[in-house]
Amino acid sequence: MADKLLEIKDLTTSFRIKDDYHAAVDNLSLTVNKNEVLAIVGESGCGKSALAFSIMGLHTRAKIEGDILFKDKNIAKMSSSELNKVRGKDIGMIFQDPLTSLNPLMQIEEQIGETLLLHNKDMSKTARQERVLDLLKKVGIPRAEYVMNQFPHELSGGMRQRVIIAMAIANKPELLIADEPTTALDVTIQSQILDLINKLKDEMDSGIVLITHDLGVVAEMADRVAVMYAGQIVEVADVKTLFAKPLHPYTRSLLNSVPNSDKEQDKLHVIQGIVPSLQNLPREGCRFSARIPWVDESAHEKHPELREVDPGHLVRCTCYKHFSFPDETKEEQHVLS
Amino acid sequence: MWKFSVRRTLIMIPQLIVLSILIFVLAQLMPGDALSGQVGPDVDPKRLDEIREQMGWNDPWYEQYASWMGGVLQGDLGQSFRFKIPVTELIGQRIYNSFWLSVATLILTYLIAIPLGITSGRFNDTWRDQLITGYTYVGFATPLFIFALVMLWIFGFALGWFPTSGSVSPGLVPGTFEYFMSKLYHLLLPAISMALITTYSTIQYLRNEIVDTKQKDFILTARAKGASETRVYNRHILRNSLLPIAAFFGFEITGLIGGSIFIENIFGYPGMGQLLVESITLRDYTTLIATTLIFGVASILGALLSDITLSIVDPRIRIK
Repeated sequence: MADKLLEIKDLTTSFRIKDDYHAAVDNLSLTVNKNEVLAIVGESGCGKSALAFSIMGLHTRAKIEGDILFKDKNIAKMSSSELNKVRGKDIGMIFQDPLTSLNPLMQIEEQIGETLLLHNKDMSKTARQERVLDLLKKVGIPRAEYVMNQFPHELSGGMRQRVIIAMAIANKPELLIADEPTTALDVTIQSQILDLINKLKDEMDSGIVLITHDLGVVAEMADRVAVMYAGQIVEVADVKTLFAKPLHPYTRSLLNSVPNSDKEQDKLHVIQGIVPSLQNLPREGCRFSARIPWVDESAHEKHPELREVDPGHLVRCTCYKHFSFPDETKEEQHVLS
Repeated sequence: MWKFSVRRTLIMIPQLIVLSILIFVLAQLMPGDALSGQVGPDVDPKRLDEIREQMGWNDPWYEQYASWMGGVLQGDLGQSFRFKIPVTELIGQRIYNSFWLSVATLILTYLIAIPLGITSGRFNDTWRDQLITGYTYVGFATPLFIFALVMLWIFGFALGWFPTSGSVSPGLVPGTFEYFMSKLYHLLLPAISMALITTYSTIQYLRNEIVDTKQKDFILTARAKGASETRVYNRHILRNSLLPIAAFFGFEITGLIGGSIFIENIFGYPGMGQLLVESITLRDYTTLIATTLIFGVASILGALLSDITLSIVDPRIRIK
């Protein structure tokens, strides 16, 4: 069994809307092992970024319950000064939008140097400069000596994302959280950045939590996948199993929504409806039931739980046993008649 | 940087020409002239016309403008009709007084605005913020001249802590320490009164900038690096929030000019604002035009100063 690096137990992150708290991450448990890439997939608004921010303690106005054990220390219960010793050092984070994630008034050297400075108080200025230069070269920035003294607005999106990655890996973290690292970039740059993260992963042998909604990214990068819907994990499996034998209706719908050139398709599959907003989220029963209305009520559990159906393959709710796509049923009926 | 400043300065020249024409024409449009009400009713109107003709007041405006401008370019702002001395001499000491009053007001404005703005922005929507915001609303709603009168009445007359007119006590020798302290003492109350009222815009500006910057993505990046809350505020939020304040700096000067016209008259402080009002009531055109022109130049210089300051503090604006 692989070593646990991060263990999330019953994590609930709730936001206050008017007078009530609404959970964006609802009673979620998850483990990340050493040297693995765990992808968290889901639609916009399913709570995947809220989860990442909870791990980093970046929420300023949220109520966080449950435990987040990182190397057996509970970071969810840490004071901010204790947490500041962990973030940026043991846990690094790569952000979604490289265009807005760098301080516009600081030169690149100062921005990367700050991470080093905060966690290595006795590092000399020249040593720091050298390390920044090293990092910039490592993330594949050409003319690093020159870029060091540039400001963010002078760099392209891809270059800025490389700078952010350099910042995240500056102190060789054991865990890297990448919150949609390629969403804001165009396709050619996306693959470059993914290659870079892959390369760094091998070099640093750290665990990576990769948050994305892009199944292509998942297939390319992940070892294990957790599918999130409405604040809950609905399915966890290793990446091969998930693509070969998806079980939960939501996972299957997601995979079915990817355009496929092998298959003759008239219409792209679309999941009905939208992710319910926090206030309108049904807190009881199967949360996905509203979006597969053709599946009989009785198929769902009253209190759906995440169960291990095969070793390492977890699925929530029993509805997966009775699920099929409406056009498939029609075709079957066709054949029958 | 230099290229930018030079180009920005060159743009000022047409602005100044347009400004001077406007001022000149507007002054001409005012009813009456320096002779009206000055001479006895028994003087023959024909004689007055002769004088006007002699002075060139009946020439078309552009001829008058050209001769006036010729003088201005040589540093000659003309002769004051009422004070019978050159306008430059008249303005000399007053411009100095006004300058120091403005400097004192600016310093006080920022001394009040920066701590209050930071507190208000950092702890937004708490009682502290509401208290400060409440003050800015009062500042916004209170007319400066009424507030100044109240201040003068309380601290000048009732409590007697501050002098109620003038810019220096009589009998002191310029250059001595006592002279300097007396100057400072005289400008303190007007400066405080003006700063307390005009600071509201800077507080509000700073507060909104901080509230805005707090939610920017790069603040998350800073927190994710492990930067402490103090460091996040000082290094990341404050630096970015002060940019618009720096940009605003030059325009404060324009605001100060407007304010000083009230303040100097109320506090009997011999500065440019007081001179401007006097010259209007006395129809002293040469003085009026000269003071207005100086105010105009100060405003344009303020805008220039804003642009240059902003280009120094914000790397994105540096024009290559």
